[in-house]
Amino acid sequence: MNTTTILLLTFTLSVTGLFVFIWSLRKHLFDDNPAAANVIFSEGEIGRIEEPAATGAQQRALQRAVDATHAPLPAPVNEARLAAELAERVQADKSTAYVTFVFLACAVVWLIIASSAGLISSIKLHQPDFLTDYAWLTFGRIRTLHLNAVAYGWAPMAAFGIAMWTLPRLLKTELMGGRFAILGAMLWNAALIAGLGSIAAGFNDGLEWLEIPWQIDVLFVIGGALIGLPLVFTLQNRRVKHLYVSIWYMGAALFWFPILFLVGNLPSVHFGVEQATMNWWFGHNVLGLFYTPIALASIYYFLPKIIGRPIQSYNLSLLGFWALAFFYGQVGGHHLVGGPVPGWLITLSIVQSVMMVVPVLAFSVNQHLTMRHHFKTLIYSPTLRFIVLGGMMYTLSSVQGSVEALRSINTVTHFTHFTVAHAHLGLYGFFTLVMFGAIYFVMPRVMSWEWPYPSLIALHFWLVVCGFAIYFVGLSVGGWLQGVAMLDASRTFMESVQVTIPYLEARTLGGAVMTLGHVVFAFHFIAMALRYGRRRVGPALFHQRGGAVAASAVAVES
Amino acid sequence: MENEYKLLSGAMVTLALATATLVVVPYIQLSDVKPSEGLHPYTSAQLRGRDQYIKNGCVYCHTQQPRAQAQAPDFKRGWGRAPVAGDYYYDHPHLLGTMRTGPDLLNIGARQPSADWNLGHLYQPRAYTPGSIMPSYPYLFEIKDKAGKGDKVVNLPPAYAPVGQVVVARPEALDLVEYLLALDRTYPVKPPAGETP
Repeated sequence: MNTTTILLLTFTLSVTGLFVFIWSLRKHLFDDNPAAANVIFSEGEIGRIEEPAATGAQQRALQRAVDATHAPLPAPVNEARLAAELAERVQADKSTAYVTFVFLACAVVWLIIASSAGLISSIKLHQPDFLTDYAWLTFGRIRTLHLNAVAYGWAPMAAFGIAMWTLPRLLKTELMGGRFAILGAMLWNAALIAGLGSIAAGFNDGLEWLEIPWQIDVLFVIGGALIGLPLVFTLQNRRVKHLYVSIWYMGAALFWFPILFLVGNLPSVHFGVEQATMNWWFGHNVLGLFYTPIALASIYYFLPKIIGRPIQSYNLSLLGFWALAFFYGQVGGHHLVGGPVPGWLITLSIVQSVMMVVPVLAFSVNQHLTMRHHFKTLIYSPTLRFIVLGGMMYTLSSVQGSVEALRSINTVTHFTHFTVAHAHLGLYGFFTLVMFGAIYFVMPRVMSWEWPYPSLIALHFWLVVCGFAIYFVGLSVGGWLQGVAMLDASRTFMESVQVTIPYLEARTLGGAVMTLGHVVFAFHFIAMALRYGRRRVGPALFHQRGGAVAASAVAVES
Repeated sequence: MENEYKLLSGAMVTLALATATLVVVPYIQLSDVKPSEGLHPYTSAQLRGRDQYIKNGCVYCHTQQPRAQAQAPDFKRGWGRAPVAGDYYYDHPHLLGTMRTGPDLLNIGARQPSADWNLGHLYQPRAYTPGSIMPSYPYLFEIKDKAGKGDKVVNLPPAYAPVGQVVVARPEALDLVEYLLALDRTYPVKPPAGETP
């Protein structure tokens, strides 16, 4: 393409952009709080916090913190209607309790397995003769077991569990056909056990992120479809007119993933270098079009719910959705910068990677504006701490990703541990933290029981945050130094290896602390499932005013 | 939005765009790529070795894509010229890799053409490269009191050889080395149009 064409194209694009901007202003798309943002609240519910993971004292403090910034709202005009709606929500929560529990319990098991595999892999990178006698424990396999246990175990199980619980609430109806989801979960987990077993035994398809043999993938597809069915049924039975933005993200993600998975695993279609482009189309889209939207949907639901305020700019969140849908799908080629693939493809992916700044800013600005004046609530709400920090990590990891895609930076960071640190910032710092927060919110509703040991939530938080800080900073610095050494022809390749050793050790330390945090979390989860602790179910169910009413409504019904 | 069908069609259109650009167009563009002149199909022993390479996850630490001289000093390190699509004609699945915890291996066969070196290095990398963090692969070898007929004994530096015993390569190790030695794309190619080598 010559310069004139590029200039002309840029000019046309800018003018179009300007017109879109003017049009959106005329349509009032940038106004605060259109009614649509309020659909997650019942009438008169705005201004009331909902935080099942908090203790009674924390809840009162949380409510005070919210009241301090906004004048307390007038008493609801229609108490009876609010009561009815809250009772409906109790019904929605009841309908999902069992299904959600199954998914989240599986997620916790996979989290522990994946963390252990990750920790062993990490140790092996600086202790290369550690556990070398068995083939299944060799670095190439145990590292792959770690990735697959996260990618197909912890992450989707948590994502499905949270989606399964949230969607009926958002659609103001009960979950339809939960039995299919249970069957789907059984198939999915069976497939994963078979898949991990075959990787450990050495049978794999040889493609990163797509290692599980395609014969087993058939089971995933069937399981995934069964898990999707109740969501479709529930959508058909919805009682809301407007689909809240969380439904967009979750709905789209749940339809995107099967297509990605199916195309990626088609046997004997892809070849040579084309397979490499497909490989990274898949690899990056699993993150971008499955985990990311589910976590964003969770933030868009739980954050406003906890602080009792709708999100600041609803239209900004919609802009974020479409920008993500458009740009994120095409960024995968940046994994092949400098590789033997067509040049236009890499350029396209770099451009779209940079354009990802648009949806990320849309989200970040929105989260910040919604949280503004409410940051004090972080002290009282355990869920919010995870979710808000996770949201910040999303901004950080995406901006880092955009910068990392640029050729000049990529030349240094490509092929180094820097990329691994970046991947963990996205999937751990962002996705996993948000899922932790969401699980803390959801489980008291699922079990009708409060978290038995609130101090363990704080312990879990600080362990994973400190552990991850060590992990991320260590690995990023080490990876960068590794990349710089590798680009310096006057230094031997071995220097690029030696320079990373202390940082790889730091990563093991950070990873161990994170794993310890996960053990605390798993213990707490089990204690919750077995209903340990004092019986303190009062404040867990609903905020006080609505709580009394909702409880009585339930009593009448049952 | 109040209509789930509009939402889903929009979502599918964006995914279709992404699939078109990253999967379908490369498929069409690359489907008529011919094998580079000088590239030979793998023998069955080499293919079995390639299988070992996949089974043991070598790809997670080793790339097979040296970068162009304008971008990185890969050529100066002896890793070879920048490859073209035709160099991967027989590669299924592709093993381009994304990490260089270890060096690029696209031309390891030209760089380390000795089967003995490669076998010994698989048995104990630190016997040859002090400070290496590559795992050792004892399970690809057998330690025997005396080599049998047809056994391939690995010649190790004395400090790393078991005392009074011999290390014998299993067929898996022999196949893997066959494959590594076949990794040699040092033949010249025409650079793709519009690009400098």
